[in-house]
Amino acid sequence: MKNALGVEIPEYIEGLGELQPYQGVWKSIIEDEVPSTNISRTLKAKKAHTSKLCSSLEEAIKKCKPFDGMTVTCHHHLRGGDGVLMQTIEILDKMGIKDITLASSSLTSAHDGLVPYVENGMITKIFSSGIRGRLGEIISMGKLKHPAIIHSHGGRVRDFLTGRIKPDLSVLAASAADEEGNSTGSHGPSAFGSMGYADIDARYSKNVIIVTDNMVEYPCVPSTVRQHFVDYVVKVDSIGDATKIASGTTRITSSPMDLRIARIGATVIEHSGLFKDGMSFQVGAGGASLAVAKFLREDMKRKSIQGSFMIGGVTSYGVDMLEEGLFKAIFDVQSFDAAVSTSVLNNPKHVEITCDQYANPNNCGAMTNKLDVVVLGALEVDVDFNVNVITGSSGEIRGASGGHSDTASGANLSVIVCPSFRGRLPIIMDRVHTVVTPGESVDVIVTERGVCVNPAKPNLAAALKKAGLKVVDIRDLKKEVDSMTGIPAKKELGDKIVALVEYRDGTIIDVIKNVTNLE
Amino acid sequence: MAKKKRRSMLYIPGNNPAMIQQAGVYGCDAVLLDLEDAVALNQKDAARILVRSMLETVNFYETEVCVRVNNMQTPFGLADLEEIVPMQPDNIRFPKTESVQDVKDFMKEVRRIEKKHGIKDPKMTIHVMIETAKGVANVYDIAACEPRIDAITIGGQDLTADMGIVKTPDGAGIDYARKRIVMAGKANNLDVLDTVFADVNDEEGLKEETEYIKKLGFAGKALINPRQVDPVHEVFNPTENEIRKAYRVYSEFYKNTKAGIGVFAIDGKMIDAPVVQRAITVLEYANIDIKDIEKSLD
Amino acid sequence: MTPKFKAQAGTFESSDIMVLIEPVAEGSGRQVDISSTVMLQFEEDLKSCINQVLDVMEIENVHLIAKDKGALTPTIKARVETAVKRSLGIQEGTL
Repeated sequence: MKNALGVEIPEYIEGLGELQPYQGVWKSIIEDEVPSTNISRTLKAKKAHTSKLCSSLEEAIKKCKPFDGMTVTCHHHLRGGDGVLMQTIEILDKMGIKDITLASSSLTSAHDGLVPYVENGMITKIFSSGIRGRLGEIISMGKLKHPAIIHSHGGRVRDFLTGRIKPDLSVLAASAADEEGNSTGSHGPSAFGSMGYADIDARYSKNVIIVTDNMVEYPCVPSTVRQHFVDYVVKVDSIGDATKIASGTTRITSSPMDLRIARIGATVIEHSGLFKDGMSFQVGAGGASLAVAKFLREDMKRKSIQGSFMIGGVTSYGVDMLEEGLFKAIFDVQSFDAAVSTSVLNNPKHVEITCDQYANPNNCGAMTNKLDVVVLGALEVDVDFNVNVITGSSGEIRGASGGHSDTASGANLSVIVCPSFRGRLPIIMDRVHTVVTPGESVDVIVTERGVCVNPAKPNLAAALKKAGLKVVDIRDLKKEVDSMTGIPAKKELGDKIVALVEYRDGTIIDVIKNVTNLE
Repeated sequence: MAKKKRRSMLYIPGNNPAMIQQAGVYGCDAVLLDLEDAVALNQKDAARILVRSMLETVNFYETEVCVRVNNMQTPFGLADLEEIVPMQPDNIRFPKTESVQDVKDFMKEVRRIEKKHGIKDPKMTIHVMIETAKGVANVYDIAACEPRIDAITIGGQDLTADMGIVKTPDGAGIDYARKRIVMAGKANNLDVLDTVFADVNDEEGLKEETEYIKKLGFAGKALINPRQVDPVHEVFNPTENEIRKAYRVYSEFYKNTKAGIGVFAIDGKMIDAPVVQRAITVLEYANIDIKDIEKSLD
Repeated sequence: MTPKFKAQAGTFESSDIMVLIEPVAEGSGRQVDISSTVMLQFEEDLKSCINQVLDVMEIENVHLIAKDKGALTPTIKARVETAVKRSLGIQEGTL
């Protein structure tokens, strides 16, 4: 069956069940009604004064009675420094557990160690927001038994709540925890800031283990995950590589190209009609997307604009803007550097939020629905304003869906910032290799050679033109870039579906076919 | 006639393809593709061929493109001209110009090459660069000697080296040179462009220096990093107030001219030709087309 | 014409292409070895662009090695031309 973007979606896939085709940004989201599938919590009673402490992660996992075919999850707040997921999988492997569904919130460069476990069939299904490195390559080659499901951050929460993901065991790292499992990422030697992604796992997983390298005396205050969701607590020597988790502060790029694109992006925002008191925004964690914040900050100060909130993906740059009083609050679902952890701990206006509150499409108050402006990056865009953030130039899986489609759907103004070509590869395609964020939710694409406005917003285009911006038809810009770079040869792909891209409402927006030219 | 803006000229090393192909996106008024000081002595041929090849195909949009060739006294200068003159970039910059004879020698080759390639009505103009004490001394004559010269630049680094002094942040050592060069430029209706500001991270210092040279009469400044474009433009761009005044002056001028009145006053101040000229320049810098003003008054 | 000298032009920087020319015996023909960061997308383009320049410069016998970092066409042409001129010993105005 074809979805609304013309992609052929199978009606049923062995191991994944029935699939629904994408219909449109808001078409499959039920308003003002409780969805028909809503799973219940799995809290277990315990007698008074019993200990949750285990002497090792192995002991804790044993107590959770692991079984073949189980679903295991971790959060990815430790980013490239995560050591917990690998420890967990290695222990399960030693116990001979097979046919595992992995449903961590995302997979990073720290998880290349999973490759042998996928290749030997120990892990047969993966739900994730992102897959990188060698793991992404082998999945692109079709080595995972069932197609992987790529979901957005908000979509993951919805997947839990509707039973699409049925977590049996969640092993959640914390930088500080007490013997009952009150835990947090906001303090401790391996502090990583917000623990927003872990909330849904803690609440709905059948077995929850808190793992920390820093056991504190009861009670751990403040805490994010609370003890009434935690089954076992373990102290380990290391939860990962602190230097790769969160180090120092985030600096604005010095790349002249990224700065140029960011400057144009900021000007777009300033003439969008949204640049006024009470504005809210979200920017990315680096590159041109974060650099937009630098220009907005200067211009907000110049024009004495007081914003309402920032949200994200928070870097120390955002913290600086909060402390300068440019915004009333910052809502943090993931913290990107050490300075942010400190702010989470000390500033009541720096609010840690769960992914549910952030972006779950099936709740009455997802914050993405309140957002004025979001600035996002792209691996590829196309003439229909669709955006690819998941597959690379050979069609290999190497990125993440993340909050891209969530924020784009909710923001009043979704701005994509990207160069018009990267290393000779054009970024504007006739059709992106993989649609993660549909063009319907994308308003402006900003490149160094011109600004393209979605034809659905002619007033915006007129306003930007009037402001002196170089507004161009995206097809013309594509032609111009193609004449500079030449037209790339078509990607060689197989016929096997190796991954599905799930839109935030659970429908399938695109499929990823296997790549034939990787080794 | 309103002059073309030359607030910023971004220097791009001529042997760097990544930078050349992006040169037109930064919104500067002009770029300088450099075959001289930014290119190693054993890569002069590579840079020359690359710049020629880029001039053939790269789109620099509305940016003025200038190529700085090597001085004729070097083994590289003539080869540069042979390769670049036929491409007819907007301008060619001739470094270390010291005398009228230098200009004559240089232009002889330029004209010879243009003739050889059948270029009948060459649009390419010449920038001379004054970088030595001798050049400063001779600048009045240099500025007047060749009709195709339309800009003079001061090369601060080389000038201080030639003078045997250290370049200081206050620019004291090159202050006289700046002023003299500006005067020579103004006497011959040429744009005068200032030297680079080397500290890319010091935006305040850059703005301060740019404010100063604007006061002296410079039309613009050389840049070594795209980050310097916005601060320099900010200094050279007219303020809202200046734009409003200029708009008013031009409107009154147009109305009065149509009515056959040559001399008129605004708020008690006499408005004559130089004031109108300045207003036109301000409007040009503000991207306001005087034709639109005329239309609105008709 | 047949190159006499080993020569190179270009750099390993992004958007550039390093072109190395090794002289071969008369009658050996053209051997063009290309590696590129965008091989999958532009291999044919690189081959034809390089050979075009060699055609124009009438180079029939050569071993040319190109290591490309996503250079655009004008850069590829310029670097091949420069390397060929250097290999023929006819480069001008340089040290």
